[in-house]
Amino acid sequence: MADPDLPRREIQIYRVHDCLLIAIQDDLDDGMVIALQDSLMQRIVSSGAHGVLIDISALEIVDTFTGRMLAGIARMASLLDADCVLVGMRPAVAITLVELGMRLEGVKTALNVDRGLELIRRSLRPVPVNAG
Amino acid sequence: MQDDASETIVLRAQHDITRVRRALTLLLTRASAKPTEMTKFVTAASELARNTVLHGGGGTATIELTRERKGFRISTIFEDAGPGIADVEAALRSGFTTGSGLGLGLGGAKRLCEVFELVSSAEAGTRVRISSRVGLK
Amino acid sequence: MPANSVKRLAQLLDKHFERILSDWIRAQADAGLLRPELMSESEIRRQSRAVLTELVRSLRQCESVRGMDLESEIWSDTRSLLQSATDQRVERGFTPTEMAMFILALKQPIFERLRDEYEDDPGLIANDAWESSWLLDQLGLYTSEVYLEERQEIIERQQREMIELSTPVVQLWDRILALPLIGTLDSVRAQMVMENLLQAIVEREAEFAIIDITGVPTVDTLVAQNLLKTAAATKLMGAICIISGIRPQIAQTIVHLGVDLPDVITKADLQSALAYALSATGVTFSPGARSRG
Repeated sequence: MADPDLPRREIQIYRVHDCLLIAIQDDLDDGMVIALQDSLMQRIVSSGAHGVLIDISALEIVDTFTGRMLAGIARMASLLDADCVLVGMRPAVAITLVELGMRLEGVKTALNVDRGLELIRRSLRPVPVNAG
Repeated sequence: MQDDASETIVLRAQHDITRVRRALTLLLTRASAKPTEMTKFVTAASELARNTVLHGGGGTATIELTRERKGFRISTIFEDAGPGIADVEAALRSGFTTGSGLGLGLGGAKRLCEVFELVSSAEAGTRVRISSRVGLK
Repeated sequence: MPANSVKRLAQLLDKHFERILSDWIRAQADAGLLRPELMSESEIRRQSRAVLTELVRSLRQCESVRGMDLESEIWSDTRSLLQSATDQRVERGFTPTEMAMFILALKQPIFERLRDEYEDDPGLIANDAWESSWLLDQLGLYTSEVYLEERQEIIERQQREMIELSTPVVQLWDRILALPLIGTLDSVRAQMVMENLLQAIVEREAEFAIIDITGVPTVDTLVAQNLLKTAAATKLMGAICIISGIRPQIAQTIVHLGVDLPDVITKADLQSALAYALSATGVTFSPGARSRG
């Protein structure tokens, strides 16, 4: 249940080229996570986006809950055939996740939005098929 | 210059986890903790606060910041009257992968802090104390 | 006259405060403890006065000889004062002996006042002299402990600064960083190295970080773990870590740790690592107009 004193903040979903971009601030609770997942997946389908960039540069703390949430979003997006890339992880966060034992297996990461877009574009390059 | 400080936060719902993080971040910033020190400790506290809320049926987090000769010591005690942790050894040993549902994060929290003390039983609930030195010049 | 020796001492110091203070300072001078090139006389006077004042205050709170336990709350202000006085003297260059002697030089002025005050009672003088001597010994020893701790911290700080200077992150190419490590790594240094490298990766937007350990003779399990953690953290951030220059012995350590290796690409030396990174980023070299025959 969200803190009744705080206005419920919605996470905005932006369009960047053919990808979607969301920026996560701190303090996500269960309700917000579910709402985010819902609107993001719907948006992926409706926009036909090839990729999703999740900007976590504002996150100072990533605990196992947040890590699971991020990995979950990545998995959902890939089921909808959209490449998901986590960008902007802070060094302190990376160090802490390693200590926590969270590998975020299967989640792509990049240093920033530009690199994230590059990464998505690289993986979208058509694979040559042998004729005959 | 930050003085000694102490604060108790009641943990009942998810947004109380946020309160613990905010309180710690504020104190640690004033104590000139380095970003890595801060992130490690607050993340560990976040794990333990979540355990208290989700598995312990709610409880309290008592935060204490004390000045030492050089720098500060930050500690937090998490207490609940819940069912206790059945197999502490196993819980501490487990690393955490994204696939696992249990993930109590205890082992991780232990690795992130200098001091980690845990007492848990079905009768008395669970009490965890974490502590680290921060802000060394 | 108080029946209690601690009370008597407190009363004595209070009654003859200024005399004892000036005798003490003279005793310091006689013992060659005043180092005008390190600390001005007025500072020494000020410190001496502060210490003596604190001493009287603490003694007044003591109920008995057992109250003279330096670890107790009663003495915490005195301890703080001695700590800062000692820290200051360490910085200025006083020796630990000089710091302890500063305290011990207070004995004689106290003995002389005891003698005058209780001249009819030699037994009492002996008793109180012994107790005040014991007390000052404790305070003197305390300053030695503090001195050593402070010295140690200064050394560690200097070591950290040296580490910063000796492990620069080098930009070998666009998006390719290298960290050539030289000398023995301990876990403190390894931790610093990791944080510096990760920060550099963000700032310089590197895709590859090459940690070259050719110049590191031995790596213990803690350091090996740290290297692997660095590689894992690098990967989490979206860059790739290459470790080059691994010797057979170090390879054994890593394998014995039983840690996953997919996070880590290893190359025999820095040159191979660079070649790998260059080709991975799509850089090719073409022969120039003048090729070497």
